[in-house]
This record gives sequence, structure tokens and C-alpha cells, in this order.
Amino acid sequence: MEAILKIENLRVEYRSREIGQGVKQAVKGLNLAVYPGEVFGFLGPNGAGKTTTMNVLLGFVNATAGAAYLFGVDVRKPIARQRIGYLPELTYYYKFLSAEEILRFYGKIFRIPAAQLDERIDSILKLVELEHARQRPIRTYSKGMQQRVGLAQALINNPDLLVLDEPTSGLDPIGRMKVRQIIQRLKSEGKTVFFSSHELGEVETICDRVAILNQGELKAEGRVDDLVRHYQCANLEQVFLKIIDYEQAA
Amino acid sequence: MNSAPSLTPSAPLPPETKTGTPTPAGRASTLIAAQFETQAAVRQGSAWTNIQAIAGVVIKELYRRKDFYVLFILTALITLALGSARFFGEDGSVRYLKEICLLLIWIAGLVIAITTTARQIPAERENRTIFPLLAKPVTRQHLVLGKFFGCWLACGLALLVFYFFFGVISAVREHDWSPGAYFQILTLHWFLLGIIVAMTLLGSIVFAAPSSNSTITLLVAVGILLLGRHLNTLALQLAAPAQQIVYAIYFTIPHLELFDVRDLVIHNLGTIPWLIWCGALGYAAAYSAIFLGAACLLFRRKALN
Repeated sequence: MEAILKIENLRVEYRSREIGQGVKQAVKGLNLAVYPGEVFGFLGPNGAGKTTTMNVLLGFVNATAGAAYLFGVDVRKPIARQRIGYLPELTYYYKFLSAEEILRFYGKIFRIPAAQLDERIDSILKLVELEHARQRPIRTYSKGMQQRVGLAQALINNPDLLVLDEPTSGLDPIGRMKVRQIIQRLKSEGKTVFFSSHELGEVETICDRVAILNQGELKAEGRVDDLVRHYQCANLEQVFLKIIDYEQAA
Repeated sequence: MNSAPSLTPSAPLPPETKTGTPTPAGRASTLIAAQFETQAAVRQGSAWTNIQAIAGVVIKELYRRKDFYVLFILTALITLALGSARFFGEDGSVRYLKEICLLLIWIAGLVIAITTTARQIPAERENRTIFPLLAKPVTRQHLVLGKFFGCWLACGLALLVFYFFFGVISAVREHDWSPGAYFQILTLHWFLLGIIVAMTLLGSIVFAAPSSNSTITLLVAVGILLLGRHLNTLALQLAAPAQQIVYAIYFTIPHLELFDVRDLVIHNLGTIPWLIWCGALGYAAAYSAIFLGAACLLFRRKALN
């Protein structure tokens, strides 16, 4: 089976802004493959290199070495992003636009014909429960509503792969549940979801496979139950803590 | 949430954007093949669509901003008031008033062009709106060009209104109105603002703060407008190597003063030869392209995080 998302020996280095600190390695030789239809959890403590890896996948940051592919296409080519949807960790959109206008703007970028775009916008706004506020400027939205606008824009092209960077970050329990339900719905529709999260309980519930990253290195990868069995833990949270604690002790 | 409809659209999308069917496991290779087939078509077709879409958002933002309206209405009102003032019907005073009105339009045009453009890319980065945008099949070049066309078109619309006001008032006062001269002064002014917008976009990639970019670009633009034409005479009075440096600056900078043809309207001089007008527009287009090319090159490798 061909991987939808493939990372090969990825290395990302930053020049540190502090004098005498030299080069900081954010990602160290990462190898990863995500297959069609999977929900893949990308885990790690803050500063582990998750967002940097996602930034490389989305072309925001250039890799120092190695390569990354989406649908077999080098991520540096814009066409690689034709069939993906991306939800950033902190969602900010043009505050002077309404949810409908935002979706129309992104739909135009994907060249969705006007008539189909109308239907698409209607169905997505229903899905994320923003139909009632579709004409209101985004600056009047609550944080949870803004996060759902983020999900809506990520879904406008009906993507085959969704890249979600901490999609439930900063949301209240209801907001988190809604986002989780949307991810589960996408999973049931056969979408591939690649997402990072600190909510290990929810990762355990919805992910087929996970990868745990620490200090830029891949520490563990596999099915959640396999990892739990391998590390002789009760749940994913304990596995995570064991790996991270082990690293810190070392 | 359970009653929410499926994401599958009821009608199929065209081949290059076909996203209607969810991807079952094992169909990745088909997707990849389809992608390569449509790659060239999408690249060609979507570039202009992307630029247009981004430009549209820029214009939408501008006409929803209050500060833009304040400057806009203020300039229009002053133009209207000055244009309507009567100074015993003397020709000299009418010309003087026309000069003041046009100067005001020039200052307002410069301020609108620079302040609007300077914040475009820094605001995208600061508000993080650039991330969901560049996660789509949009290149950084599309972003720069979209911002350019958006700001340039907005400047064009503002100029159109300013010159319309000015033209109507002048025509009423003098009963003599040369559409050719007005067309030339408007188009040359608009193309000059094209250079300024491109220069400001380049500045917004070099300088992090929009305020420093605005100040520097404004100083450079005003400096060129006031001193640009005198640089070669200044060079003659200097010794080497200062002479070479001043000459190099003289031949490198865009001579914005060439676009200042306000006298055509102030003194009712008629039109300039249309070939020269065409040449000036070409000159502006070339300099705008140079600045935009440099902006795209610099922005291409910039890490966004």
C-alpha cells in the first residue's frame, strides 16, 4: 500500500537567536509513513518538533535534509497541497470576513465551481454547526466557533488527508467533544487524518496508530494497543509518560 | 452533531479538483497518478485564480476599514471645498487652488498606497492567516502578486474618485475640460503608485515592522520625487568616486518625478504625446516587475513560524 504521507530522514535545523548557541536541531532524522484511511496521532511534549514537522509538510519551513511527500509529491511543490486540509494550532482568520466569505475565498482557490461551492459551504457549515452565524464577521465569534471555522476551511476541498495541529487546544469540553465527533465522522468516511494533540485520552479513542516524538527524535510508533502492550502500561498516557520520563532520566 | 450531513458533495467536481469520493484504503496510487496528470493544468489555471482571490480579500478588507474611509472622505471633502472656493474669479488663484487640490490628491494617494501595502504581509504573518492560506495550493509568489494587485486596484479606485471630484469641480469652474489630459494624469499617477506599492511590498519582506517600512518607503518616494531629477547635475559637481556613486543611484532609482504631469491640468497644457505616455507606463511596469520579482525571491526562502 502506498503511503499518503511519507517522511524520509527529515532533519530541520534552526540558527539559534541566542549568541553562542549555534544551531538548534528541531527534528533529527525523522522517518514516518501514514497510509490511506488511517487516523494517525502525532504526539510529543512541547518543543518535541511536531509543529516543525507539520510546517515542513505544509511548505512553511524548508527541511535542512531529508524529504517529505504528500500523495507521492514533494511537499515543496504547491500541487502536493491540492488534496489536503490543514487546521493550524492557533486559528486566526480574516476577522473582517464572515465564515461564509472565508469558505468562498478558499473554495475559489481550489477552483470549486460556484454552484457546487454553495452546496459545499452549506453542508460544511451544517457539519461544524455554524449555519446560524454564517453571515457574521469572524471577529464576533467565540474561540470554539473560530476553531470550527478552522475545521470548515480545512474541509472545503473535501480533502483526502487532514493535517490538524492540536485541533482541540484551548477549547472547552463541549468544543472538544464537537471537534472529536467531526474527526470520528471523517474517519468513518475513510479520510486520512494526521493530527497532533496533547489530549492523550482522545488520541487513544480515535487514533489507529500513533508516533511519539521527543526532542526531535521518533521514540515510538505503532498501533495504540501494541504500544500499550509493549510498554506494559494501562493506557497511552502511561506509555507517553514512560517514554518521556525515560528520556528525561537518561 | 449526529444529524450533520455527509461531506460528499452531491455533484462531482471537475477533474482537477475532484474531491467528491472519500479515499478508501489502497487508492493512493490512483490519486497520485491523477495528480500528476492534472498537475500542469492546475498550476497554469490556478495561478491567476489565486492572485485574483487574494486581491479580492485585500480590497474587501480596505472597504471595511474605517481609517481608509476617514482619509478618503477627508481628501474628497477638502478637494471639493477648495475647488468650490472663489477668489474673485482670477485665473491665477484658480490655478493655485488646482495645484493645492492635486498636491493633496498626490499626498493622499501616496499615504493610501504605502500604509495599505506596508501592513499586508506582516499582518498575514502576525495574525497567522498566512498558514491556512499557504497550506492550500497557493505559492508565496501568488500571495505577493495577489497583495500587489489588491493594493494597486484599491489605489486605482481611490484615485478614480479623487480625480472625478476634482474634474467635476474644475469643469464647472472653468468650462474647459480636457478628458485626454485627465486620463493621462490619472493613469500615470496610478502606475506611479504601482511602483510605490511594489516597493512597499518588497520593504514589508525586508523590514519586520510595518511602521518602519512605511516611513522608509515614504522617505524614499518623497526623496526621489523631490531630488531624483537633480541627481545628475549634483553628480557633475562631485569628484570620483562620489560622482560614480551618485550616477549609479541616478541610473538605478525609478524616476517617479517623470509621472508628475500635474501641470497638464493646472495650466491647461493639453496632452503629452501618447507614445511618451505609453513609454512611461512601460517604465512603471518594468520597475514594478523588478520590485515584485525581488520581493518574490526574498519571500520564497523565508521560514514562516
